[in-house]
Amino acid sequence: MKRFSVPILLVVLLTTLMGLAWFEVIDLYIQTIILFMGINIITSTSLNLVNGNMGEFSCGHAGFIAVGAYVSSILSVALFTKSKTFGAPLLPPELAAYGFPLVLICGGLAAALTGLLVAIPSFRTRDDYLAIITIAANYIIISTIINIDTIGGARGFMGMKRVVFAMEKCAEIPWMILWVFIFMVLSILIIRRYMSSTYGKGVEAIRQDEVAAEIMSVNTNRIKLVTFMISSGLAGIAGGLYAHTIGYVNPKSFDLLKSTEALVMVYLGGMGSISGSIIAAVVFTLMLELLRPLQIIKWVAIPLLLIIIMQFRPEGIMGHRELSDIFPRLKKFYKFK
Amino acid sequence: MFDTLLQNLLNALQWGSFYSLIALGYTLVYGVLRLINFAHGDIVMVGAYIAFFISSLLLGQYAMPAFLPGWAVLALTIPLTMVLTSLVGVTLERIAYRPLRRKGANRLYVVITALMAGLILENGNLLILGASRKKFPEMIDKVVYKVGAVYVTNLKIGVILTSILSFIALHFIITKTKVGMAMRAISYDKFAVPLMGIPIDTVIVFTFVLGSSMAGLAGILFALSYPILDPYMGMSIGWKAFIAAVVGGIGDIRGAFAGGFILGTIEIMVVAFFPSSYRDLIAFSILLLILTVKPTGLFGVPQTTKI
Repeated sequence: MKRFSVPILLVVLLTTLMGLAWFEVIDLYIQTIILFMGINIITSTSLNLVNGNMGEFSCGHAGFIAVGAYVSSILSVALFTKSKTFGAPLLPPELAAYGFPLVLICGGLAAALTGLLVAIPSFRTRDDYLAIITIAANYIIISTIINIDTIGGARGFMGMKRVVFAMEKCAEIPWMILWVFIFMVLSILIIRRYMSSTYGKGVEAIRQDEVAAEIMSVNTNRIKLVTFMISSGLAGIAGGLYAHTIGYVNPKSFDLLKSTEALVMVYLGGMGSISGSIIAAVVFTLMLELLRPLQIIKWVAIPLLLIIIMQFRPEGIMGHRELSDIFPRLKKFYKFK
Repeated sequence: MFDTLLQNLLNALQWGSFYSLIALGYTLVYGVLRLINFAHGDIVMVGAYIAFFISSLLLGQYAMPAFLPGWAVLALTIPLTMVLTSLVGVTLERIAYRPLRRKGANRLYVVITALMAGLILENGNLLILGASRKKFPEMIDKVVYKVGAVYVTNLKIGVILTSILSFIALHFIITKTKVGMAMRAISYDKFAVPLMGIPIDTVIVFTFVLGSSMAGLAGILFALSYPILDPYMGMSIGWKAFIAAVVGGIGDIRGAFAGGFILGTIEIMVVAFFPSSYRDLIAFSILLLILTVKPTGLFGVPQTTKI
């Protein structure tokens, strides 16, 4: 029973969500918020891997999200829909439902490769110098996208909604909820398993003391390379999901403000805590939506709220602990490795 | 060709002056506290707005009648703005950073608090003053000198000279005075300094006063050169100045000064010879290369760590 409780819970959650969306109990607005929650969970947990577990300070996460968003949108639009830029669909649109996860993974791979831009300088630099490299990388990625005119440049790129419609022609189910949910669970699983592997121990060692870790024969360069690539790859998948949820991407929406949002979610949840990142992503997304009626006051209220939270809980919601560390009895009911 | 180059070089010096002044503020706070004060760019914006209100008041655009000539208004606005802006910086330190420092929070939480404080300054401004942009008043008449084929305005000379003079003044304060010595001592060993009877909080407040007044000065000069103010003007220039400070070697004011001019020169030269949308791409690629070759920045010294 212990082994199956988490999968059963997830399946029940997914079927409930999809059922609610299918019978139109929850409208499109609430569906979008739920989608954003899932996407933000991927973003925050993936950034948490670098900033929380490895102890680096990466401030340019939005750059990788942008790469994933653009690569997967271009691929899916070119493959499955008729568009002005790419002409007739290269594959029959009926395949969209099956091809979509592959396209997302391609976006993730492209983002992981872009992660090299940060990973290789990180061999020699640390701390604030690495922070600057990530900021510069974010600027470089955005600026490159703006300068490629075929994919819309500064005007942005659209047409991803047609991919979603093509998927719905296959079967009339809320596809985006399904995919966001699957990839969210997958990415949490990947991070969880990665952190409990030998590499994960190396990551913890780097956070505590890089030089000592290296002396203890931890191959720090290799671990940094792999960790940065996993983190940016998952960010790329989040970007692909974001692009297909909104149906439109613009380079300006992936600037440092977006990176700041990701940072806030990680530090609000607590460094190095996966459950903290998940809770923070949900809370933050809800906060953004609930305070929407306040309009411009919202953008003063949210930072103020965060500052106050920081003053009273300077280690974030969870600190460096997981949910099962705070409520040890939970361990009786589930096993999640 | 040569004239264009010379003219662009002059523009680059002016543009680099802003980056230098802002980077000086970053690097001062960083050198003492090891804190990236991400709200610094927005303090520059606040400085520009303070200068706007003071000069408008003195020029008689509000209830008070105008009784001073333009140059006197400018001469009054600069010190007043610097004082008021440094008050903003110190307030920020007092209510946001110091409690966290006392609690011994992780350094990065203070950085996030700084980011949030910057957002509050931006959006608070938007909330209070509305979304309309403000036109900065002209206080002195523009004079254009022609040297050879190069056009020089009095404003340009003023900006460049001010940034060089303030660098010299800062350098003097840090290397020759007692407070400066205390600042260097704190950056050298934060734990031993209080034991020597040095009031660490006073020194930190002084650091914020210096850094924020530099930001205020940068705000005035920026507003004089590009007289349209909007609440988000500080954000991008602040991030870029931080990058300049790191390229120079953060924590060292010579590095910040040099880094600001390097970034300014690269940006102006890229715009002069390429389409302007390539500016960020080329400028940051070059900076990334510099950091890859010399990971501690131009003037930075590699730190030795004990295990």
